[in-house]
Order: sequence, then C-alpha cells, then structure tokens
Amino acid sequence: MQYGFYINSAKCTGCKTCQVSCKDEKDTDIGTKFRRVYEYGGGSWQQTNGLWQNNTFAYYLSISCNHCEEPTCVHGCPTGAMHKRKEDGLVVVDQDVCVGCRYCEMRCPYGAPQFDHQKRVMSKCDGCYERVSQGLKPVCVDSCPQRALEFDDINVLREKYGNERDIAPLPNSSLTKPNIVINTHAHAKCSGDTIGRILNPEEI
Amino acid sequence: MDNTNKPQNFSRRNFLQKSLLVGGAAALMNKFTMPLAYGQADLPAKVPFAGENQETISYSACLVNCGSRCPLKVHVKNDIITKISSEDGINDAIFGQHQIRPCLRGRAVRWRTYNPERLKFPMLRVGKRGEGKFKRISWDEATDILASKLRHTIDTYGNEAIFYQYGSGTTGANLSGRGMSKRLLNTLGGFVDYHGTYSDAQIMTIQPYLFGSTNNNYGTQLQSLFDQIKHSDLVVMFGQNIAETRMSGGGQVTELYHALAESNAKVIIIDPRCNDSVVAYNADWIPIRPGTDAALVAAISYTLIQENRIDEEMLAKYCVGWDSQSLPEGAPLNSDYKSYILGLGKDNVAKTPEWAEKLTGISAQRIRQLALEISDAKAAWISQGWGVQRTQTGEHAARAIMTLPIMTGHFGRPGTNIGTWGGSVAYPVAGMPTLSNPVKVTIPVFMWTKAIDDGESLTAKNAFIKGKDKLDVGIKFLWNYASNVIGNQHADLNKTHQILADESKCEFILVWDTHMTASAKYADLLLPDVSGVETSDLINNSYQSGAYNYLIRMQAAIKPLWENRITYDVLTDVAEKLNVKDAFTEGKSYQDWIELCYEQTRANNPDLPTFTKTDGQGVIDRRLADSNEHIALKDFRDDPINQPLKTPSGKIELYSQTLANIASDWELDEKDKLYPIPAYLPAIEGVEDVAGLEKYPLQLTGYHTKGHCHSSYANLPQLKEASADAVWINPIDAEKRQIKHGQLVEVYNDRGRLYLPAKVTPRIIPGVLAIPQGAWAKTNKDGVDIGGCINRLTSQRPTVLAKGNPQHTNLVDVKLLSL
Repeated sequence: MQYGFYINSAKCTGCKTCQVSCKDEKDTDIGTKFRRVYEYGGGSWQQTNGLWQNNTFAYYLSISCNHCEEPTCVHGCPTGAMHKRKEDGLVVVDQDVCVGCRYCEMRCPYGAPQFDHQKRVMSKCDGCYERVSQGLKPVCVDSCPQRALEFDDINVLREKYGNERDIAPLPNSSLTKPNIVINTHAHAKCSGDTIGRILNPEEI
Repeated sequence: MDNTNKPQNFSRRNFLQKSLLVGGAAALMNKFTMPLAYGQADLPAKVPFAGENQETISYSACLVNCGSRCPLKVHVKNDIITKISSEDGINDAIFGQHQIRPCLRGRAVRWRTYNPERLKFPMLRVGKRGEGKFKRISWDEATDILASKLRHTIDTYGNEAIFYQYGSGTTGANLSGRGMSKRLLNTLGGFVDYHGTYSDAQIMTIQPYLFGSTNNNYGTQLQSLFDQIKHSDLVVMFGQNIAETRMSGGGQVTELYHALAESNAKVIIIDPRCNDSVVAYNADWIPIRPGTDAALVAAISYTLIQENRIDEEMLAKYCVGWDSQSLPEGAPLNSDYKSYILGLGKDNVAKTPEWAEKLTGISAQRIRQLALEISDAKAAWISQGWGVQRTQTGEHAARAIMTLPIMTGHFGRPGTNIGTWGGSVAYPVAGMPTLSNPVKVTIPVFMWTKAIDDGESLTAKNAFIKGKDKLDVGIKFLWNYASNVIGNQHADLNKTHQILADESKCEFILVWDTHMTASAKYADLLLPDVSGVETSDLINNSYQSGAYNYLIRMQAAIKPLWENRITYDVLTDVAEKLNVKDAFTEGKSYQDWIELCYEQTRANNPDLPTFTKTDGQGVIDRRLADSNEHIALKDFRDDPINQPLKTPSGKIELYSQTLANIASDWELDEKDKLYPIPAYLPAIEGVEDVAGLEKYPLQLTGYHTKGHCHSSYANLPQLKEASADAVWINPIDAEKRQIKHGQLVEVYNDRGRLYLPAKVTPRIIPGVLAIPQGAWAKTNKDGVDIGGCINRLTSQRPTVLAKGNPQHTNLVDVKLLSL
C-alpha cells in the first residue's frame, strides 16, 4: 500500500488554503511550511512601435511531501528518525529520535523536511496519517476550495489521472520517484525548464 | 522501522507552547492558566458542553466583506480554540450540495481570535488624537462617556452632526453591532448615513442611468448568475478576478469552474495584471493601462461598425441614443454614441483601434480581433470587476463596459450578462429592525472628510448629498463600528490625518472594533468588540456567493475574551443611560432577538426546523438557484413593449438625457466632465496626464489580494508568509531602477511615501505598479508608511457623479531603498 497526492495544477488558483489549513491543523510555526505553493512562470516583454508584446505565462503547483518511492531523506538519515511507514508508504520523522542534523533537508529536492526551530529537530508533512487512519483525507485535500487536490492509493490515482509528475519547478521524478500525479496546466513546463522561474521565492 | 501512531495527540498537546511563536500566547497568558495535561489521545468527541479536555465543535462563520460567506466549524478544548474546519456539506460531488469551504482567511480565524493586537478592555485617549495612547477604563465609565457625548452632540449641534461611518468588518452579521448601533442612534433622533460604498459607488450610481433602477443591484434583477456560463462560448471579463475576490469554495469561484467545465467557453481577461483568474481559468490575458477601458470599448464599437457587425434594427428596438435617429428630443446633433465613435461628435476624433492602442497599450490588431471574437460568439458573457469603476473616470468606464453586450446583442439570452459583475441570490433571513432614521440627509460614502473639514459647503449639486439641498452642520461625532476606514481604507491618509487631528472640527470619535487597527488609533473612546467566534448570530450567504444560498446559525464557540462584551449588551447600557432602553431593547435579550429573527425567517419558510432543533446545526438550510430564471434583461429582451425598463424612456439609455441635465445643473469642478454617453475620458493622473507623468511616470493601481480581505486578516503573520504584500513591478521598470525581486523599495508621490518589497514579475504591464489594498497603515518618524498601506498615495479627489473613491488612479514613482 502506498498513498500519494493528485495535484490538479490546471485548477489551482494559488490561494494557499492548503498551506494555511495544514498550518492550523499541525500547529506549525511561522516559517515552517509543510505544504508550499509554487508560482512558476516567466515570459518577456518587447516594445515595438510603442506597443508592448509579451508571452507571459504562470501556473501554480501545490507541493508538500511526495512520500517518495526512494526517499532520499530517509536514505540519508543517520539516526533512522526519518522513515517510510510500511503500512501506507508515508514518510514520517520520529522527533524523539531525530538529532536535527538537517541532512534530510539538504537531500530532499522538494524542500519537504522542515526544521523546527523550537525543538531543534525536523518536522514535515506526515500525510495526516492520523486523519487517514480515521477514514479522513489529509487536511490540505479536504480544505481546497477548488477541489484541486486528492489523496488516495497511488495506483488508484495513476489509473484515474495518469503518471505525469515531471513538471517544473519540480526535479525529474527519476531522482526519488515521488508518489504524486499532476494534471498539468496548459502552460506547464517540463522539469529542468529554464524559460520560467519561481516567481514567489519568499512564499515557499 | 515502524513506530507508527506514537505522537497521536502531539500537536494539540503543544498548542499553547507553539502559540508563543505566533503571538497568541501573550494574550492567552493573561486570561488562562496553562493546563498541566493537555488532553489524552482521545478522538474528537462531538458532544456539546463537554467537560475538561474534551473537544467541542461549534459553528461560526467568517464575517469579512469578501461577498461570500463561509461557515466555520470551530474546534474547542477548555474554552480555547484548537482548530478550524469546514462544514460537511451534503454531497461534495454535487454542485449545490457541496461543502462550503472557507479560503485561507477563514482558516486563519484561530490566529485572528488570539492575535495580540486584539482590543481587551475599554480605553480612553490620553495622547494627541491619532497618536495611539490610551488608558484603560471600566465599561461603566465607557458607557457614561458614550452616552454623555451623544447627548452633548445632539443638544449642541443636532442629530445631523452624528455620522455613522462605513465599515465592513462584520459584513453579513445580521444582529451584531452594525445594525444595532444604527438602531440605538435612531431611537435618539437619528444620524447622517452614507450612500454608496467604497467598493462600488461609481458603478452602482451610473448603472440605473443605463438600465433603470432596481431594488437589488448586487442580485439577479440586473445580473446573470455565473452558472449561465454553461451556455456561453466566450467569457470576457474586464478587471475581474473571481479567483482572488470571490475565493470561498461555496461561492462564485466554484460556480464559475463548474459552468466552464460544462461549456468549455474561451475566457479573455482584460486587466493590468495577469491576475490569478487568468491562471486559474487559463484565460487569454489582454494587458491594459488603467483607466482606458472605455477607449477599448469605443474601438471595439468602431470595428463592429466598420465590419458591418451592428444589428441596427435590434439597437433601435432596445436603445435610446445609439445613433442620431434614437436621440431624445432636444439632444444636440451628433451627440449619440455612434457619432461619437465615428468622430462626428464634438471632439472630431474617430475611435479607431489605432486611436485606442495609444491609450490602452493594446495593439489595434488585438482590438479588432477581440471585437470579432465577441461578435462571432453565439453567447458571450461580458462582466466587469469593480476595480475598473474605482477610478477617476470610473462611472464612464463602467458604463462603457455595460454598453458592450448591448451593442453586440449579447444580453437577455442564455449564457449572457450585461457587463456587470454577475449576480447572486441571497437566502432571505430576517434581521433586527434598525427602526427608521428621522434624519433624511445622507452623504456619499467617500465625502466624510470634506463633511468634517468644511461640512456646510456640501450641497446636493456640488457633492451629491441626498435628502437635503445642503448640510447645515459638519460632522462632529464619528461612529466607527467594525470599520478601518478613517486611518486605513480612506484615500490620502496624510491629508485625512490633518483633518482628524483637529479636535475643533470632529469633536468626538468612537471606534469599536476587535483589533488595534490604524483607525482605532484615532479613537477618543475605544471599545473592544467580541469576534465572530465569541458571539452568536443568524446569517445568510452574503451578497455575492452566487447561485448557492444558505442560512447559517452561528453559536458562540468560546466565551468573550478579556473584558470584551456583546455589542448589544453594551448598547443596552448606553440606552439605559439615555433613557431609551425600552425603545432600544423592546424588553428582549440578544438571544431573544436571534430566536425572533429565526422565527420570522421560518414564518416565510415553514419547512425550516424549529429553533431548538437548529442548535449545533450550523448550516440550517441550503438552496441552489436556477440560473435560467436569472438572466439579466431577459424579460425586456423578450418583450420590450410590455416589460419596459425603469428608465425615463423605458429603453436602455446609451444616451441619458438625465445625465445631460445633471451635467448642466450640477456645479462640477471645471476639470470634471460628465457625458450623456459612455465616452472615454482622460483622467487626472491617467495615461494622458502629460505633466503628471513627467513628474511621476508610473501608474499605480490597487488590487484585492488573497492574503487579506480589505484590511481584515492583514495583520496575521500566518497569512503574510503565505501571501506576501509587495508592490508588483514589471522587470523592465525594475531594471531601469536597478530594483531586484524581494528588495525593499519606496513608492512615492506628492501625497506620501511607503515602503514595500518589490515583486518583480512579468505578470504586470510595464508602466504600472500594483499594490494590494488593505495593508495596515503604520508610519515611521519620517511619515513613511512602513506598513505599506496604498492609501498613503491615493487621492481624495472625488469622481464626477458618484463623488466616489478613485483609489486606483494614481501617479507615482518607485526607487530602491537605501537604508
């Protein structure tokens, strides 16, 4: 059994309700973001005969932990605090074991592990496994006003929505095999894209 | 390794410690003792009035002025809110039975409740007015002062010296302070009210001249529901951004998605910003310079005439003033809209796409293409946000956009609208009667500073006051309930400060709010209000949630914090001190009124459960309006003879004789023009203001951000980190000034200065800056607004007809801040 997220980027307005509801549910500090909403875009403006022409594009991508098949955070953890749960494939950190060395943070290409400055140990999205064990969905999924997020057995999601996950600004999925499926925005660029950039670095 | 489920209740247990970091604990520490053990690993227990450490859930709602209304489940342990969640809905898969999901702001109610900037007890000013220095007083002293100041004002100047200030911090709250404050004032002989709103004064004033008056401009009498877009093949939105301004998952953002999924209509959004609706609805973005929408419409019209795309017969049937044939008697030759377009009018300028491209920044080719796209559409939905009209020539711009669906025949048919926002259906709910106001004079919402500064100069003809020819007395008493207007949301805050600081003009300022806002700092008497989660109410879906309408019972989730009291109870004390208690209360408690309003609501809808059965229910009833019954101007389109409009001619008045009369009767500023047709007018501080642009080369527009609703929620760090306030600037303008993304910049003009980080983004047209409105004003010792409040830069020059707020028309420059 492996859980995963479906992210409908074509529907996402970038409203951040997922990020904020998670913050409320998990009671995280300012600066700690278990879910981050990337504003990716670009384009240039040229003036001809006094008129502006542009090819601006933008889209949002809401990313938490992707509970990867090959979680590099787990592989690099010296204490075993960062672990992948057998029963549901969710990647969770045991804060009683973590020594706060932050290797996982350095290794994760998605920025999922978040350092808890109060406790001096790592914290991260745990897939809301407590809620899930009660038959609920993660709070981000349940809170999305656009219904642009889903959470389920990754096989079920792949069957419904395909296998796309190589979307900028995410790295190529071959790195850690993230358990996510993305419905792409019409302007989506592939992982490794250099045309666009993250337009909201201060918000992620 | 498998250590599952160990920290079962970990996060909740650490709520108090964690709150230290988010600022809530300073407040909490004063009131609560820390529980030693914060709960066992038990599941949420949905039993009311549970004992210690058990979770209870109450229904409240987010009461800010976004136009939607989200019910909230408030989770509470030991009288402390632990989290917020959504109501359940009936079936989320079915539109119209779906969960009403709050946006990030509704989800932030816990932090807003315990924010350290909450007001905690009544206070009296001790420093200079506006300085923000107060001393704590008792409720008895506070109600004494309020009663005696009211008595003094009425005895000395009369009731027309009392002004009830615009304020929307508790929008939708049916029974709480807003209506009740007015009720008390009415029992005392009345007060001067405002007309219009800061949101939409210009469009609401101008719309009746075109389509006739209706009882409900927000609703469906003259606006189609977004659901009709399921029948559209094209959607054209001017300055409209549903994804940010109507964010509730129960509201219009969801309705629009739903409709577009059915029709797959192409969406075009015309806006200076590539706003979030462009992204969300994969729209074609047409960047436009602020204040030039009427020029775009004129050039579209020109194209349609040239391309023979105008159905002259249809326009003759439905309109007055399209061409010289249909001008009203006595109108000057060639004063019709078509003559204006073709250059036969006074200005002698044909409104060609080439003419418009110089003004709008949109290429003539794109304008022609847009004209043909609209003309070719089977059912084009045309709508506008309210940013377009919140400009110096906003009445004309808004009216021009409303003219577009008429000229193209896209009105009164399925899938069409009439260039207005798009409608909403309100669930009918009874409210507390505010009684009738013996004072009949009202002033435009934006004119109160003038009414303080030089009140007796305001007349019906120079300032659009209603109910009287002129004001006989200036404002001496400002009643500000749930309002952050006087120190934050009004224009030109530096000028406003000068007016308010003079205690000989406005003699007394009451501010009654939940937070120490920038406006609260101007209070003489400062009263702390309960927040939505500390009080009860009976409310509906507000004024712009769309087709989905519902009735919510709010029940206090926690006891009032600190010394805060229910507004009604405080007003009852004041009424008693003024010997009007019986008239004010009619012998009823606050709870009695809620029950009475419910019973009145139920009388019209007998299917509703009894009041007792609604206990703990939250959303009591929900309905989905049939949008086919809400198509703007359908009756008129079907039968213009027997279903005439309420205009003087009974038709759509592209030329309004009434406006022509006003233009000659009123005393207008010599720089103001009022046309009987929706002409494009150059604005002071607009794209044609050569002298202005020479000094300040950038246009500055405000916009509504997801991070806050006006100024509500704007102080919460949890929302600031999710959606940072920043000034949007195109890379081309930024590079010229060596500004890089994230750097602190100063935006300035002759009226003031502010600091904000720069958001360097291609998502805004060059030559234009955009700042989210609503940031909390805060000046440093040099008078610079370090809170980033746009109103440090906006102008108090009222618009020509509505005398409304032109807060998106400003010229500024920006520079990198060197500290």
